[in-house]
Amino acid sequence: MLSSQIKSNEIEFGSCNKDLLEEIIFYGIGLGADFVEIFIENSDNASVLAEEDYITSVSPSFGRGAGIRIFKDKRDGFVSTNDLSKNGLMGSVSQAIEMLDITDKNNREVFNGLNKHKNYSLSKKTWINEVPSIHEISEKLLVSTKSLKKNNKIITRKGSYSRNLQEVIIASSDGTYASDIRLHQTVGLNVIASDAQYRSNGSRRFGSSGMPNEFRLWDHEKAANEVFESSMNMLYADYVEAGQMPVVLANKFGGVIFHEACGHLLETTQIERGTTPFENKLNEKIAHESVTAIDEGISEGSFGSLSVDDEGMEPEKSVLIKDGILKKFISDRAGELRTGHKRTGSGRRQNYSFAAASRMRNTYIAKGEYSKEDLINSINDGLYCKSMGGGSVGATGQFNFAVEEGYLIKNGKLTNPVKGATLIGEAKEVMPKISMCGNDLELAPGFCGSISGSVNVTVGQPHIKVDSITVGGR
Amino acid sequence: MNSREITTQISKAADFLNLKKWDYGASFSNDYSVQVDKGEAKQLKASQKQILTLRVWNESNLVGITTTSDISESGIKNALNQANIASDFGNKNESTEFSPLAKDPIKVEELKKRNPAGIKKLLTLLREAEVKLLESHDSIKSVPYNGLSESFYERVYANSDGAFRSYTKSQAALYLYARAEEKDKKPRSSGSVKLGYGVDDIDIESCIKDASKKTISHLNYSSIKTDKYLICFSPESFLTIINAFSSMFNARSILDGVSLSNKTSIGEKLSTEALNVYDDGLHEKNISSSPFDGEGTPTKRLCLINKGRIENFLHSESTARIFKTIPTGHAGLGSKVSVSPDWIVVEKSKKNFDLKTSLDHSTYEGEFVYIEELNAIHAGVRASQGSFSLPFDGWLYKNGEKISIESATVAGDIKYLLKNIINIESNQEVTTSGISPHIWVDELSITGDA
Repeated sequence: MLSSQIKSNEIEFGSCNKDLLEEIIFYGIGLGADFVEIFIENSDNASVLAEEDYITSVSPSFGRGAGIRIFKDKRDGFVSTNDLSKNGLMGSVSQAIEMLDITDKNNREVFNGLNKHKNYSLSKKTWINEVPSIHEISEKLLVSTKSLKKNNKIITRKGSYSRNLQEVIIASSDGTYASDIRLHQTVGLNVIASDAQYRSNGSRRFGSSGMPNEFRLWDHEKAANEVFESSMNMLYADYVEAGQMPVVLANKFGGVIFHEACGHLLETTQIERGTTPFENKLNEKIAHESVTAIDEGISEGSFGSLSVDDEGMEPEKSVLIKDGILKKFISDRAGELRTGHKRTGSGRRQNYSFAAASRMRNTYIAKGEYSKEDLINSINDGLYCKSMGGGSVGATGQFNFAVEEGYLIKNGKLTNPVKGATLIGEAKEVMPKISMCGNDLELAPGFCGSISGSVNVTVGQPHIKVDSITVGGR
Repeated sequence: MNSREITTQISKAADFLNLKKWDYGASFSNDYSVQVDKGEAKQLKASQKQILTLRVWNESNLVGITTTSDISESGIKNALNQANIASDFGNKNESTEFSPLAKDPIKVEELKKRNPAGIKKLLTLLREAEVKLLESHDSIKSVPYNGLSESFYERVYANSDGAFRSYTKSQAALYLYARAEEKDKKPRSSGSVKLGYGVDDIDIESCIKDASKKTISHLNYSSIKTDKYLICFSPESFLTIINAFSSMFNARSILDGVSLSNKTSIGEKLSTEALNVYDDGLHEKNISSSPFDGEGTPTKRLCLINKGRIENFLHSESTARIFKTIPTGHAGLGSKVSVSPDWIVVEKSKKNFDLKTSLDHSTYEGEFVYIEELNAIHAGVRASQGSFSLPFDGWLYKNGEKISIESATVAGDIKYLLKNIINIESNQEVTTSGISPHIWVDELSITGDA
């Protein structure tokens, strides 16, 4: 049990820590801080890997620590530590104060003690006992990897599971006092197929938050069939010919392009850096009128959902783009302080060793009116990107994404599979070219790495058509 | 607790739990970093971290593992207990043992450890660097990504057979990534990273100069026509490619079926006889060098490609046993032990008669694409298939002029690339990931939007 692991320290999960937290915050305010925030975490994680017909790795891990952030004017100092004793936490506050070189003892804000405890964890304390055991996970992963063995062209089969249970306490000098338990589970399957000189990969990942039973309900046969079919379809694929062309991006993980190429540019951290072309575009048209985009943390069970963000604010549903018009930025506490954009419940971090930053949660393009076939039928010569790999966005907004599974579109029909395609472009140039959105919105889980570490997110979209984009190939 | 006390604590707890065989790796660090924004301190950060990874062997000699940040007496007991439970699920198909080299002598260079400079000094130095970079050219409007950090750490490996080794070290890093803007042109960005054992070892002026020069050099850009081009890889970009496809030399990847090589690939011809590639984690220029790996095996220089042919694979204890050789000092410490290279050194061998030595990036006047830096490696490399399609920063050299290339990718196959190396320049350059000269490759596909 989580709460049994740290009784030797003064912070105790599952108990009232109000007096101690208030004492530490008063200490920081007394030293001249404008704002003091304490984030305390205890984590209980496990991962299991099955390869071929064996369990090859079982890795439990435990972590605990605190991240203390002090603001003075618009500057902030952040200290993280594994020492959860009173002395350890006070020492971290002193260190942050010293780093900021605070000599002015006048505070902009007054600390009147912590508010009533908002305990989001009450109904979640049993989760640790409800998640599948390592034995149960191992059994199901082995059945899953066995399901992947569909012919002799499959040369490697892997199934992986990871579970992250995080218990947090958040307290700050604006009175915020909250605690929560978060549970994330992911399971993935992947294969390599080979025949003579031909090779292909197939992979899928599934994930949920706050649903201890989800892994048991996971349809491993369906997943294995998808992975197998994808690898077989791509095994003898030719390399795509490079050039400018219209593309249709599939739903679910196709949304990774919007996430990377546009979503990140709508985080206030990008405004702070001066690296977003959308900084002064609020209420202006930045995308085709068919595009409405949303970022929210409230869809039940979605991988990016949360009861409360890492700064103690409940998440909201933020309409970022409405009919092509930019409506909102994704903001955290520092973002609000430095850019004026109101917080959206998006202050997130990987763990206590990172300061929270404005980060996406469940981010997707809203559904439109067309069917997938309508989109494909509208193209004479183009590319259908059924499955996307990873990608990245440069400091000036250029993005590139690997297409894991692609098919040529000829005269409105899907034809040959092609490999080696990369989509290249810039968000502000591509967004106006999303001319058709399908009616089949679906979400897919993923991990997003950025300034405050790796956080759980979902990406999503219906099928969408981009009128023209650069496709890298050979 | 210090590392000796932790070892004693683990030994006592293991005895209590009747665990006869165990080992652990631990890391303890204090890190400090600063970022600035137009002269203002943006975020100042300090962290104290400890992480302990414990492995235990059960009576069936199956291994279980647990990682924890709790090194209290109860935390260690809990971790051992969890590792013992996990050992029930240990890999029955491939056994793991202590490295036979875990007690071999190692060379620990304590002289390379520096004292902390402190946050205030870091901040002052970074502020000055930002100002100088902004003043270096009118077009440089901001330095959106910057940071100066220093880290002080101790790494430990010990096992129940009496092996114990540790070292302490310091490392500092400066990165400056500038953004330049000119009217009616797209913004351009580039940067530089410098490492040192301490802040005073970092050549800050050279970092500023490199960041400025690189950023400005991309201001006059143009699209490139999609076609096949003669390519010159910078030392940094060639090392990026070699590292991205290092599974070719990785025994773990070979056993897992995700490498382009197989057990019998030693001796296979990959490239021109002029090419030698080593992994040399202890190289004097490698700031991040570690005298031993995750299993306690001493780090050493290992030849990977000798005169164009595969010479050795990288090994952990278990892969070495399967391949009937010895561990090479490239293991991690995990439930499934990973293997990875440390620091790649690329050299021109003495057998270099087949090279086109007229190809020199500073004098050649024909048309070629110079690849300065490859991006998005995680997305654009299919290591198990051998293919890559990667965006890059670089220039098109034509008629004695060089024009920065706007938004393009280079695509190909690693085996094709290695087979088509047509020149290896003489001068090696030190980068943050290794050492290499400029490497010329005959014809790779470039996709642009001209």
